Amino acid sequence: MIEVKNIQKSFADKTIIQDVSAVMKAGQCNLIIGASGSGKTVLMKCMVGLFEPDGGEVLYSGHNFTTMKGDDKTEIRKEIGMLFQGSALFDSLNVEKNIMFPLSMFTKWSYRKKLERVNEVLARVNLPDVNRKFPAELSGGMKKRVALARAIVLNPKYLFCDEPNSGLDPQTSLVIDKLIQEITIEYNITTVVNTHDMNSVMEIGDYILYMYKGNKEWEGTNKEIIFSKNQLLNEFIFASEFLRDAKDMRMLEETGKISNERNMDELLDKDAPTLVPPPDPE
Amino acid sequence: MTIFSDIGRYLMMIKGMFSRPENARMYWKEFIHQCTEIGFGSLGIVAIISVFIGAVSTIQTAYQLVSPLIPPSTIAQIVRDTVILEFAPTLVCIVLAGVAGSRIASELGNMRVSEQIDALEIMGIKTKTYLILPKIVAAMIMIPLLVVIAMALGIYGGRLAGVASGIISGSIYDKGLLEFFVPFNVIFALIKSYVFAFIISSIPAFYGYYVKGGALEIGRASTKAVVVSCILILFADYILSALLLPTS
Repeated sequence: MIEVKNIQKSFADKTIIQDVSAVMKAGQCNLIIGASGSGKTVLMKCMVGLFEPDGGEVLYSGHNFTTMKGDDKTEIRKEIGMLFQGSALFDSLNVEKNIMFPLSMFTKWSYRKKLERVNEVLARVNLPDVNRKFPAELSGGMKKRVALARAIVLNPKYLFCDEPNSGLDPQTSLVIDKLIQEITIEYNITTVVNTHDMNSVMEIGDYILYMYKGNKEWEGTNKEIIFSKNQLLNEFIFASEFLRDAKDMRMLEETGKISNERNMDELLDKDAPTLVPPPDPE
Repeated sequence: MTIFSDIGRYLMMIKGMFSRPENARMYWKEFIHQCTEIGFGSLGIVAIISVFIGAVSTIQTAYQLVSPLIPPSTIAQIVRDTVILEFAPTLVCIVLAGVAGSRIASELGNMRVSEQIDALEIMGIKTKTYLILPKIVAAMIMIPLLVVIAMALGIYGGRLAGVASGIISGSIYDKGLLEFFVPFNVIFALIKSYVFAFIISSIPAFYGYYVKGGALEIGRASTKAVVVSCILILFADYILSALLLPTS
């Protein structure tokens, strides 16, 4: 479990995060969502220790990470895996060596044992037979999966994913989301995902933290988000007509009625872009 | 103010390099890799430059020594001392600031911009120790070796040019090389090369490690690293010469 308590962060005179608190539980996907510039990446970087918060604390399983120094901090970091937005694979190393790197650095395993583990995690992310390829030879989705394999190779207790779907097509995004969710449940990891992707929010958001201008604006689950009356959240999540329709359809599925101001007739209007299938020509 | 904060950050970076490695074997591998990159990667250009510097020195010295009272072997003495004292350590290190320095700055800059350094930090690796220390140690071992090679090739290049153009015979050149030889000159050149090696590796590492932005900033950092390294090399050259060479 990761607890974030009253985190504050400023750069020069600009306050980026103001007093954000949250509890992220093990075995579930915890999503941080928000518009660009809302402070979600800064929050994540404060959580992993890449930025030092101006105030507040981050607790990993009750241990205060913010005040830790030297080896204690290193020990916690060994339990953290992170999938970066740009994958952050080492250009000069092939896939096998990229994934093997943390094992070589922190274990005394034989080469054969390390290779077994590399192949195991590569199989887990559905990427067999790419051991000898270099990052430049991989597609965006493959890079993300290799980076995910590297992030989980040491069996981390905490997994951070910064915009895992950025730059990916919808189908590959689904694959990455599914993988993150499966790995989270399988290894009982505390997963924190920074995302803009509304599909991720709906599919894997066990806990969602919505950031707005550096503040925590809303928190809840992907079930609760459908029924949220928070205007800022609704404007952000259901920005398009299509997504508003999707929300209404989900509401209809869940409760049998649409409990908002929108008119059911509008939803079923033939000319309006909706999720309702067109009438059968026959 | 920027210059003082840069100096402060540079000193903090140097201090931050000295911490216990997580895995000595991995650090050793990185050190050997850097030795190969800095040493063998620059050997070709160093060899070419040294031979031509020696050759040009011989021809230009002969051009200026017009008095019949000065024996031709003096040309060899002047070429030897010029190459050992100045050309081999200073000129070669300025070239190395461009070759090895820009490579170090762009490598670290690219790693910073593409979040590879952040990825290492998250893994619990001390990035200053792992990424910068092996480069500096490798430079401080390989660059003096390159300077010694440059000395030998420069002197040999002078001989080749002298014999080829008929300025001086090989035997007189060889005799001149042994006359009035001061071994301290070699020690002085090696002291300079150690100082220059530290500049060539640590300054670009600083600019690369702290780069912010994208590809354009990596290029700018690389250029700035080379310019600052060259200026510091020339400054250090002057200070070391003033301190270590007896002039009276």
